[in-house]
Amino acid sequence: MSRTEPLLEVRNLTKHFPITEGIFNREVGRVRAVDGISFTVDPGETVGLVGESGCGKSTAAETILRLEEPTDGEVLFDGQDLTAFDDTELKAFRREAQMIFQNPDSSFDPRMTVGESIAEPLRIHGVGPRERRQTIARDLLERVGLAADDADRYPHELSGGQKQRVALARALVVNPRLIVADEPVSALDVSVQADVITLLREVQAAFDLSILFISHDMSVVREVCDRVAVMYLGEIVELADTETLFEEPQHPYTRALLRSIPTLDPGERGIDASLTGEVPNPSNPPAGCNFHTRCPEVIQPAELDLDQSTYRGIVDLRVTARRHGIDVESLRDLVGVDPDASLTDEQAAEMRAALRAEHDVPETVDDPEAESVLSSALDEIVRGETAAGVERLAETFASPCESTDPGLRDTGVGHPAACLQFDDAETAVDREESELTAD
Amino acid sequence: MSGTEPLLSVESLTTHFHTEEGTVRAVDGVDFDVYRGETVAIVGESGSGKTVTSESVTKIIDIPPGEIVDGSVTFDGRELTGLSDEELQEIRGDRISHVFQNPQNGLNPVYRVGRQIGEVLRIHEDGISDAEVRRRVVDLLDRTGIPEASSRVDDYPHEFSGGMKQRVLIAMALARDPDLLIADEPTTALDVTIQAQILRLLEELQADFDMSVIFVTHDLAVVSEIADRVVVMYAGKVMERGRVEEVFEAPAHPYTRSLIACLPGRGSAMRRIEGSLPEATDPPEGCRFHPRCEYATDGCASGDQPPLYHVGGDGNRQSPAPVGGDADHTAACVYYGPAHDVSTLEDGGDRQ
Repeated sequence: MSRTEPLLEVRNLTKHFPITEGIFNREVGRVRAVDGISFTVDPGETVGLVGESGCGKSTAAETILRLEEPTDGEVLFDGQDLTAFDDTELKAFRREAQMIFQNPDSSFDPRMTVGESIAEPLRIHGVGPRERRQTIARDLLERVGLAADDADRYPHELSGGQKQRVALARALVVNPRLIVADEPVSALDVSVQADVITLLREVQAAFDLSILFISHDMSVVREVCDRVAVMYLGEIVELADTETLFEEPQHPYTRALLRSIPTLDPGERGIDASLTGEVPNPSNPPAGCNFHTRCPEVIQPAELDLDQSTYRGIVDLRVTARRHGIDVESLRDLVGVDPDASLTDEQAAEMRAALRAEHDVPETVDDPEAESVLSSALDEIVRGETAAGVERLAETFASPCESTDPGLRDTGVGHPAACLQFDDAETAVDREESELTAD
Repeated sequence: MSGTEPLLSVESLTTHFHTEEGTVRAVDGVDFDVYRGETVAIVGESGSGKTVTSESVTKIIDIPPGEIVDGSVTFDGRELTGLSDEELQEIRGDRISHVFQNPQNGLNPVYRVGRQIGEVLRIHEDGISDAEVRRRVVDLLDRTGIPEASSRVDDYPHEFSGGMKQRVLIAMALARDPDLLIADEPTTALDVTIQAQILRLLEELQADFDMSVIFVTHDLAVVSEIADRVVVMYAGKVMERGRVEEVFEAPAHPYTRSLIACLPGRGSAMRRIEGSLPEATDPPEGCRFHPRCEYATDGCASGDQPPLYHVGGDGNRQSPAPVGGDADHTAACVYYGPAHDVSTLEDGGDRQ
């Protein structure tokens, strides 16, 4: 990247949606859709925001364009903080930044011709007269690979790919410098997708555009973007040049995401489904690193050295206990104990085994001390003393990831990731050592 | 692939839809077999006829406007196309069951999931006791990887996430231990990490239940991940058929090659396909792909789609594959037939 001034600079952008209750709209909680993200987009650059549903990528895009008011943070466009813009300044900004959406159907008025739709932003921004606007629209249609005469057609006469071309023409009509594209090819067939991606590239070069590209599709992102920010639960967990991200992913979430993508080589079968569970509710994100509830590489406390999958299973059990509680009733049901009867030792053992099986914890854990704590805690849980059992588990098995929010930090390979594996000081030392050996 | 007789044999299947804009030849003479225990993927873009093909097997398409005009569907030795709706009801959900793309639409929001799965058992098993239904439903939910199945059985659909709903629907589809599961884009609406979980699950369940699977998808990478054999469709026609290893390592039909070349993110230059998808009511004559094919000759533009010719250097290239043929790699392209030089395709085919 050339060291020019970024066109767009997002600083600690935050968007929380309040959850309200009652006639006074008392705030009872907030959905932390975007929770303090920072990144830049240079002139002519394409930056991807990727993540699974609910990670906040679309809200981030809308907040950057001030379609949603940010809760906190700054968005600098060409050096100006647009969170402080008044209506006039905002209107001027909206000529410079345009958005295109996943579903082109919902972004057109079915009663307007294609030409009228494209020319509408010009009308809003006071470019006239009508003939002049139509000439611009017809010209743009040709530049996005359609015919000038398509200006007289209606949206329903066009295919999905053609509509997305028209949407692009409409975005370009005001000569923007930034395009925010939210899943622009996700609804399209693969051959049409290739068409639109090719077009986007051509247009970007011809108009010298910056693009913020929102997508859940890692393959599309790899094809389109210069740099990529990976989002999880409202935060950026890794930010890198596209090829580096795909070749040397540093954050466990990025790694898991990449491993779960099927490949085109039947000889390389076996996608990794090790990312268990689902994205937690952003109204109640986990403390510490918000990925720890699913992370395959969750860090063990210094005293422990368990098999990682065993440790993951124990963390899963604790996460379940914390989030939903353990359903002791069903466990009793499972081994056939009457609701009020007390447990025999055999029944308790059976219930403990069922709990272990449920969370893929082996029947015995290699480390005898850990095993003794685990088995006492499980015994307390199945006998109804859940709180005591959970507490006991926490004393021995709590991960540093549960309490420390890592934040983006240096990984030692040149780009940041938000993971405690990269202890800031330690990485610096490691790097020094490797430089010494390299010499 | 076990057994010499296919479990399902689809021959010359032709399904039309009579619409105001004209007749849509959605499925236009499709042949393929599914053997016991194998997964056959039907892959194609919009309008390829992949979904209609899969829904014609048990006739769950809307008739009218749909109509199965021609062809036969033989399942375990029995011809299905001529069966009455009552007779088909007994097969659907019992020996052949379906799973669809959108798990939201597959469940009734006002009933507990346990009751909805139990319904399948009650329909097909007269006099089954409530206790037995519950026991089996809990077991099914457990086998499809729903945590704490014995308490989730009494939850309503909205209490499940998208991925969990799809597991519930899979449990429902497996309730009667079917011989054939037809899954139409079952992971398309899901996030990629959840997709990975569901694909893994289907693989395990296929072995557990000893089922055959027809997997309908637009996603070639998913095909390469899960299928034993693949049927590539375009505009109602089969373009290519074969084992996944063969088709992905040496795609034969120019359409299959183009489709792979236009996939993003493979590290090499993505190539777009010239032209656009054909109109449903007015597909091209001749090879359906010829208007977009860089190797098309004048002959490709007239007559019907070429038959499926054998691919590969076994000296068998001169004869069309038998209808409803075996697992051999075949492609509906004249270059694999008589009087054409297949090396023409090799010359430009790998152009970047």
